[in-house]
Amino acid sequence: MKRSEALTRLLITAAIVGVVGAPLFVWARTPLIHARVAEDGGWSPDVIRAEVGRPLHLRLTSDDVVHGFAVGQMDMPSADILPGRVTDVTLTFDKPGTYTFYCTHWCGLNHWRMRGTIEVGGSRADPQPAPAPVPGKVEVPLYVSLGLDLDAPHTASVIPNDKPSAIRGQQLAANLPISQSPDYYYTHSPYQVFDDLSDTPLTEPQRWDVVAFLWQSNTTEGSLANGKRLYAQNCAACHGENGAGDGVFADQVALNFGSGMSSANNGRPVAFTNAETMLGASPALLQGKILRGGMGTGMPMWGSIFTEGQIWDLVAYLYSFQFEYPTKEAP
Amino acid sequence: MELTRLPFLKSALRSRYPQLAILIVMLAGYVFAILAGLLGTPVGSRNFSIVFVWIAWWAILILIAVPFFGRGWCAVCPIPLSGEWLQRGAVLNPLDKKPKRLNLRWPNLFRNIWLQNVSFLLLALFSSVLLTTPNVTATVLAAMPFAAIGLSLVFERRAFCRYLCPVGGFIGLYSQTAPIELRVKERQVCATCKGKPCYNGSADGYGCPWNVFPGGLTRNTYCGLCMECLRACPRDNIAINLRPFFADLTKPSARLDEAFKAFIMLGSAMIYAGVLLGPWGALKDAAYNVGTGAWFAYAAVFLAIIFILLPGLFSLMVALSPTALPKLGKGRGMRALAALSTPLIPLGLMFWVAFSLSFVLTNASYILASLSDPLGLGWNLFGTANVAWQPMLTSILAPAQTLALVSGLVWAARTAQKAAGEVRVSAIPVVGFCFIVTLIMLWLLL
Repeated sequence: MKRSEALTRLLITAAIVGVVGAPLFVWARTPLIHARVAEDGGWSPDVIRAEVGRPLHLRLTSDDVVHGFAVGQMDMPSADILPGRVTDVTLTFDKPGTYTFYCTHWCGLNHWRMRGTIEVGGSRADPQPAPAPVPGKVEVPLYVSLGLDLDAPHTASVIPNDKPSAIRGQQLAANLPISQSPDYYYTHSPYQVFDDLSDTPLTEPQRWDVVAFLWQSNTTEGSLANGKRLYAQNCAACHGENGAGDGVFADQVALNFGSGMSSANNGRPVAFTNAETMLGASPALLQGKILRGGMGTGMPMWGSIFTEGQIWDLVAYLYSFQFEYPTKEAP
Repeated sequence: MELTRLPFLKSALRSRYPQLAILIVMLAGYVFAILAGLLGTPVGSRNFSIVFVWIAWWAILILIAVPFFGRGWCAVCPIPLSGEWLQRGAVLNPLDKKPKRLNLRWPNLFRNIWLQNVSFLLLALFSSVLLTTPNVTATVLAAMPFAAIGLSLVFERRAFCRYLCPVGGFIGLYSQTAPIELRVKERQVCATCKGKPCYNGSADGYGCPWNVFPGGLTRNTYCGLCMECLRACPRDNIAINLRPFFADLTKPSARLDEAFKAFIMLGSAMIYAGVLLGPWGALKDAAYNVGTGAWFAYAAVFLAIIFILLPGLFSLMVALSPTALPKLGKGRGMRALAALSTPLIPLGLMFWVAFSLSFVLTNASYILASLSDPLGLGWNLFGTANVAWQPMLTSILAPAQTLALVSGLVWAARTAQKAAGEVRVSAIPVVGFCFIVTLIMLWLLL
């Protein structure tokens, strides 16, 4: 073989080996976390390991549509993950445990299934003092300690004709022998309170106004705003922007999970505008439903995502579909 | 004008090294595109294989290479390279002792471009998926060299390029319009040449890989511009000439396979304009969802337009023409129709130019992003990874497309006059057909 032929062959071989080997080498050393709609596999990988106190650098990319990334129970802003682009996220965990990461954008019908876990090992490097008690917070969820059956019917046998007003209720409640304590609020449904007020000289509409005031006095504008944000981000896709159970995925949910859904809403996601069911549900019951999710109904389990405070904010916001609360513009 | 009179150009073409250098770069880019399609992001608009093959390469091919250099792309195409090297047993000059290969003759039944018509249609029917799904593009890109290798080890010369390559068929058809040609200087020299080294090979060059005897070349269609004849010719009788556009079309071909290629390309450009650029979501879904009932319906309509509607309308218009009917005698019908379809070559090329202008200018900004991050690993090599999608030159797009289509129609009409003269029928129905389809294309694009 001529020298020129041999050299040319060598050059070609080197070029091909280089053009194959170099990208393969770089690709193998650049692990990415891929996000796909749940129907196509969700997160890959969906289990990540980390160590307490050691920064965890994640490189995330979407293989289809725009997704979001957030870690449950952590105070972090959601990061957008754009198709074909790489988003860098750095997390540091201060205590061991299993954390849930999830998608924060409505990416598809099974958006809520887009979850993965971060298993954080090691021991807590800097032990924190026990947190101050939070109203309504107990070691086990309230609905558990109350022994509530989350799947039992909870309907109000009497409902108001008009939306009860917290402003009117405030004036009426001044001299009534009724508890405004958080414990009373958490453990009673609006209908139970309405019933407790049956011994008073108030008319039915007035009693509902007092209930509305009691519910308003157990929340804050900040909580309602936070609840509204969480609702829009996580619930409205199914339950609808206005709580009527008519979100963009409602039809598909009814199709897929109709048999497991409440017949009160024709197999569709629960409508928070339904006074019968909402006024028959205590905050503790709603907390339980959000924490646990609706078995076989398509309602996800949010216990690993939301903090307890976030769940109470969300519960407070859900009642705003039934009650008229004063706004800043109101006199 | 003979370009090979320029000493620099002539020596550059006779030497193997400049072409080989380009081929190695092309081969490296081709292999990288396959890798990027398999390893990179599945998001087509951000994947190097999709962006560089279907936007960058396509733009260069249809807007520059084919109209100006004919089969110029074939001269630097990396697909047949490995097979050819294995067939020859060398990457440079011919060996003294040829390696033992089967070197079978390509079957007579397939010595035409029907298989190329089929392979193009196969890709065309799946094009919505092919053009947007990186691993499908990578698979097709990887399959073609393997097919070329297989054919090179069994059959003589470049059987893949000549008879199977899905793009080679239309490149050949449209190369007739290019202002570049490879021809012999003196036919008499070839006639008296002993051994015909340009066809059979010699120590200086391989016998024509495209199975063409340069001495008989009258059209660009099947000359791959590989320059082997230029190297092998002992009498310096091969020239690269500059000539007027559309020069080959003055002598219309009467081959039915080529005529159908013209219909396939014309129809495909119109269907693509509707599917890829049109506002019809259901049509896009049908084209994309391969295997569904909607896709089968789409495929049936696609094939019906190409094989029945367009040729049927064309034949009907020719047959119903009062001047045409009496002259189309027995047995001449198909050949005459094939010859009359020659005007569809410039028309089809301009349809593709107009379609590609829209497609390419709309998507060209993806090139910058994928250049900086070819494997989708979050790189920003040239600072362009985050360039937002932005259609380019939108103000000149519609005028440029209109100009292309009208130019195509004018050229088609002129070609129709010559073709009709050859078969002694009226050109009016052919021009009428070209006019109708141009109006449809204008409506689809604008």
